[in-house]
Amino acid sequence: MQGTVESQGTAIAVDHAHEHPDFRVLGLLVFLISESLMFGGLFAAYLLLRGMNEQWPPEGTEVELLVPTINTLILISSSFVIHYGDVAIKKDDVRGMRKWYWLTAAMGAVFLGGQVYEYLTLGYGLRTNVFANCFYVMTGFHGLHVFIGILLILGVIWRSRRPGHYSAHRHTGVTMAEIYWHFVDVIWIILFTLLYILTRF
Amino acid sequence: MAQAQLPLDTPLSLPEHPKAWKWYDYFTFNVDHKVIGIQYLVTAFIFYLIGGLMAVAMRTELATADSDFLDPNLYNAFLTNHGTIMIFLWVVPAAIGGFGNYLVPLMIGARDMAFPRLNALAFWLNPPAGALLLASFLFGGAQAGWTSYPPLSTITATTAQSMWILAIVLVGTSSILGSVNFIVTIWKMKVPSMRWNQLPLFCWAMLATSLLALVSTPVLAAGLILLLFDINFGTSFYKPDAGGNVVIYQHLFWFYSHPAVYLMILPIFGIMSEVIPVHARKPIFGYQAIAYSSLAICCVGLFVWVHHMFTSGTPPWMRMFFTISTLIVAVPTGVKIFSWVATLWGGKIRLNSAMLFAIGLLSMFVLGGLSGVTLGTAPVDIHVHDTYYVVAHFHYVLFGGSVFGLYAGIYHWFPKMTGRLLDERLGILHFVLTFIGTNLTFLPMHELGLKGMPRRVAMYDPQFEPVNLICTIGAFVLAFSIIPFLINIIWSWNRGKVAGDNPWGGLSLEWATSSPPPIENWEVLPVVTKGPYDYGIERRQESTDEDRDEEE
Repeated sequence: MQGTVESQGTAIAVDHAHEHPDFRVLGLLVFLISESLMFGGLFAAYLLLRGMNEQWPPEGTEVELLVPTINTLILISSSFVIHYGDVAIKKDDVRGMRKWYWLTAAMGAVFLGGQVYEYLTLGYGLRTNVFANCFYVMTGFHGLHVFIGILLILGVIWRSRRPGHYSAHRHTGVTMAEIYWHFVDVIWIILFTLLYILTRF
Repeated sequence: MAQAQLPLDTPLSLPEHPKAWKWYDYFTFNVDHKVIGIQYLVTAFIFYLIGGLMAVAMRTELATADSDFLDPNLYNAFLTNHGTIMIFLWVVPAAIGGFGNYLVPLMIGARDMAFPRLNALAFWLNPPAGALLLASFLFGGAQAGWTSYPPLSTITATTAQSMWILAIVLVGTSSILGSVNFIVTIWKMKVPSMRWNQLPLFCWAMLATSLLALVSTPVLAAGLILLLFDINFGTSFYKPDAGGNVVIYQHLFWFYSHPAVYLMILPIFGIMSEVIPVHARKPIFGYQAIAYSSLAICCVGLFVWVHHMFTSGTPPWMRMFFTISTLIVAVPTGVKIFSWVATLWGGKIRLNSAMLFAIGLLSMFVLGGLSGVTLGTAPVDIHVHDTYYVVAHFHYVLFGGSVFGLYAGIYHWFPKMTGRLLDERLGILHFVLTFIGTNLTFLPMHELGLKGMPRRVAMYDPQFEPVNLICTIGAFVLAFSIIPFLINIIWSWNRGKVAGDNPWGGLSLEWATSSPPPIENWEVLPVVTKGPYDYGIERRQESTDEDRDEEE
């Protein structure tokens, strides 16, 4: 009807099925730009504080390296693990996907466990000094994102119980969980460099 | 791109639509972009009235030098919440959420936004945010101004300040989710026949706005989270005595809040670019210049924030850089202004309410823009910093700019939204009162500022009293100007003259559907064969269009 309005010059009418296209992956990618700028704000605040304080980190609040390095290796490997899950679902192998996603969730949980262990053994708390403030807020905020990532992965595993829910042609949810997990990983690499490695020099 | 691998035959399961919406559908979690647009507009307008009443109370207090109409703490709380509500709960949600949601899918020939449920979620974050702000009055009200600089914000009414932070984080989340939705919608959901250079300018403006909100809002969230920790959990990010620094807050805050100025004006520029050519009956002058200048404002706007901090001890090189970048923003803005004036030039202008508000905006925004240029240069800024000159400037831009633009948009698209025309006589009365009120309130403030009256104070030197009294009278005129508008909206919505599908003879796609549009927007998707602004050149174009179609 509208297609024939004279002034519009839209003379030809084409009918489309009333379907809604699926842009969720693109939406997630755009959203992650925003998320990375939130971390960007924290990084900027950290770097400014670092530049303004002569001794960084102040004596007594040095970071531990062993546990976080193991943690980092686990998290980075988990990005490869989750990718195998994505490869599996594209071959219609739901069981394979479930296996790799379980493994990723477990590795994420180990990472969080390692972080809690680190918090308990560091010997200083959130309020100790401004470095400790940054340390706990930034790693805590990242940990929250890891936690959300684990929930997403578990959600994918939960949904994959239904036969045919995910397949080689329908795997948007699987892909989105993977993209989010990679994002969390990339942010950790920056965080690890800023908070752990660069404080050693 | 990952989604390219997805087959197109996997539609998302959305709830089935009924034939028409009932009134109570507007109070539910509805996923239709038109319902969400109106929800945004009405909610935002209610907050506008609340914020406006706070302004009237403050102006009453300021009518005389030593009045005690408001308790000082209450004055501070009104001051903070007036600014916060007007920015975060009125202009931004009305312009982006309201008009953006209602118009963008219609203008690009889509049936809905890319993520309808996310869209509804984004809207429903707003009412709780407003409720949090208003509830903060039970705890003394946030008192540190809408900028909430520490250390003031960490020592006054801390519970209320935390509620303020949470409210801003809520509307910020809403704004980010909305931006994701707009970017994907405009990018991917245009009807296939619409080329990028046929995209209505409002959509270009919304694209630029969304990109800007997407990158700047999360930085504010980061800054506010640190402030929340400082207030509630004993950290010292912004406490100089413990190694922190208050200027870091200012950087994070203004990295969002200066671009927020463009978030409030870019959609309005989009509205102007739609209203002016339709009511001047002329093709818009410089389509590409207007479209690209929106993107230019979006990019340059991210590099000007330090001009709010010229008096915070910024080094001279920084002042130099940010003075220059600030002045550069005036260029794309000027391009737009000239394009609109050139569009008006020689047009068959219909001086109805929408056009009056658009022309009113032009005149006032030029004044506000010019005082902005003076403020953007470090030497002048240092002189008038934190005086009423600043208040005058941003009210000319935000009231004379954004609010006039929102009114122009309401008069222009009300027939599309409701199927009925607004009454022109009431509309003109509304315009005259608003125009007089705005100038009476804010023009004298330039003088107050140049003479040194500080902003954000409830008592002031008696020498400023006569000018302040004029401002207060202006504020009352502005308050009364709402009355004919409200009567007009309520009466016309029920009994107004039936508008027909296209009362203004507009060429952009939203006018091609019925008024109000059916729930699915189109019976059949429209096909674009012409630009949205080709007024009066149908005959000349017809032959070439046919040639082009054949070639394609």
